[in-house]
Amino acid sequence: MLENKANPTISKSTGLPRKRFYRARAHSNPLSDSHFPIPISPCQVDYSLHYPQLFPSSDKIDGAKKIQFADVGCGFGGLLISLSTLFPETLMIGMELRDKVTEYVKERILALRVGNPGQYQNISVVRTNSMKYIPNYFEKGQLSKMFFLFPDPHFKEKNHRRRVISTHLLDEYAYCLGVGGIIYTITDVEELGEWMKACLESHPLFEALTKEELEVDPVVKLLTSATEEGQKVARNGGQTFQAVYRRVMPSL
Amino acid sequence: MEDIPMEEGETNKDIEVAPALIAVHPAQESVAVAVGSELRVFDIHGGSAVSLVDDSCGPSHKDSIRAIRYGAKGKLFVSAGDDKLVKIWSTESWRCICTVSSEKRVSAVALSNDGLYVCFADKFGVVWVVDLDDFDGNQALVSKKAAPMLSHYCSIITSLEFSPDGRFVVSADRDFKIRVTVFPKKPLDGLHEIQSFCLGHTEFVSCLAFVYTSEYPQGFLVSGSGDSTVRLWDISSGSLLDTCKVESKAGLLESNGRGEECNSPVTNLCTIPDGTLIAVAIQSLQGIVLLSCDLSARTLSIAKVVSIKGEAFIPTSLSTSSSGLLWMVAGVSNLRGCDHPSLARVRVISGFRESSACSPEHEQTVLGDNEIPGGDKLLEKLQGSLSVDEKVFLAAAEAVKTAMSNLLVKKQYSAEKRDLRKRTRNDRKIKQ
Repeated sequence: MLENKANPTISKSTGLPRKRFYRARAHSNPLSDSHFPIPISPCQVDYSLHYPQLFPSSDKIDGAKKIQFADVGCGFGGLLISLSTLFPETLMIGMELRDKVTEYVKERILALRVGNPGQYQNISVVRTNSMKYIPNYFEKGQLSKMFFLFPDPHFKEKNHRRRVISTHLLDEYAYCLGVGGIIYTITDVEELGEWMKACLESHPLFEALTKEELEVDPVVKLLTSATEEGQKVARNGGQTFQAVYRRVMPSL
Repeated sequence: MEDIPMEEGETNKDIEVAPALIAVHPAQESVAVAVGSELRVFDIHGGSAVSLVDDSCGPSHKDSIRAIRYGAKGKLFVSAGDDKLVKIWSTESWRCICTVSSEKRVSAVALSNDGLYVCFADKFGVVWVVDLDDFDGNQALVSKKAAPMLSHYCSIITSLEFSPDGRFVVSADRDFKIRVTVFPKKPLDGLHEIQSFCLGHTEFVSCLAFVYTSEYPQGFLVSGSGDSTVRLWDISSGSLLDTCKVESKAGLLESNGRGEECNSPVTNLCTIPDGTLIAVAIQSLQGIVLLSCDLSARTLSIAKVVSIKGEAFIPTSLSTSSSGLLWMVAGVSNLRGCDHPSLARVRVISGFRESSACSPEHEQTVLGDNEIPGGDKLLEKLQGSLSVDEKVFLAAAEAVKTAMSNLLVKKQYSAEKRDLRKRTRNDRKIKQ
């Protein structure tokens, strides 16, 4: 940590990375060819790189814990950090397409691990295009929660297929989620909120959570309070639209 | 189209060439060859060339055909390609009974085993389905609209295949991925239940086929890829059972004296019906490699290399029927600097019928032109002419190679070049 004193990208008071040095474009084209490394299959995801304290060696142990929560488009990682202490036994990963933002989250997690020994060992981040490569990271039914918080709205009709929630992509998310797993979506754009709800509602492998179930789920509250985007919306007194659905068995 | 950054200024604008394709009727009643926009069919049973009947005026296809296929029962035939048209033909009358428009260029087609559905995949990764349940005989169908069935997110789908039991549809793409999806009773509502992903290839997947016998009716999936391997999969779990590095295993690298230059893509493969042999076409090989699949041990091994002597013949497409012949075509459309608008050469290998399990050593022989069923008449129809110039075929093989890598291999740019491309993006807003 000593050399960090001279490093302006790390805040002197908190030891955390400063967001202003990780500015990035707000949008990234998910359709373009990716040139970052991608694991060939889920068994090649190196857990020892992501969770070094929990996985000291890169050798695979059968029956070892697997990632259960995926925050797709994790942005600056606010939700992951809140979830980390709420579910300390669960491995979770943030997936972000923008390189600089991923770097920031990586630094943030490392700094949190240093500042709070023993904590934040269960979260990590990876730069990837989840719309293209999600089956390369997770096996069938591996996940129990997936988050899509404040995704890019892609207003133009011609760009609707860049939206991270669509009927066809839900097929892949349903593959990664175990039966009973929950998908959380939220946005401050009414049109996108309706779109996401309509996609989930019409999908045969998803069913809406009831009002009572939403009220008792501690994660639902975090959707608005934990993320940077959610805080921004709350600050400006904006509205949010959420859709929370459960993965169900296909009816025959 | 506007979402895919086009190669501009860097590679000279090559005219896109398409490899020649071949398909044989399951009972070998007829053979079809597609070169460029031309579809040529020869009726082996009747011993005559077929003239296609298409009520739409003008040529049936206006741009390169990318996929042709017979239905499992041989009653239907489908052709599709860059002109965004899917044509469904009756093989009795060779009349086009239905033309379906696609939004994008079509890259692969498949027919369900019961002949009730035609599926086609476009270059944006969406697989569409058309139902044919009101098709009876030769009567023309009312115009059909395709329904989206599943999607590989914006990746060119290279191959589409139904499992032998018809329960699954398998799709392969250029992002190294093979997806196995449950084919439901009502596919028009979309396919939502993914059975597995077969992951392991490290380059684009070019072709798929099933090996199955009466003892193993479910069979196993085999796939060929740009990583120069053929892999064997269990589709219900998606697990990789065996990998065969075809080129090095078959000793092709040493014999050709190009030990350093490996990784010739596998361009096509097909399985011999009711057998365990797999014929594999490789981009640099004048001939084919025969693989043998041990279904109980779940392994692949090289059975032999059948080389074609006397001419430069690198097959671009393979097809078999139950008659024990392997049909091959080599050729290309729109070859530049050549008098012929399109080239095709058809060759046939015999000796597959008894060779299945008991005697893999059975002699496979490359038939001479006069030994091919249908003889000269067939070759004249399918090739366009009887004699072909040898030199042109080497150029054709080279053109096919370039076209395939342009289409399917990801472009790699250096850091500076990537920067330059970013700066010269044409979708950037110009600040006033």
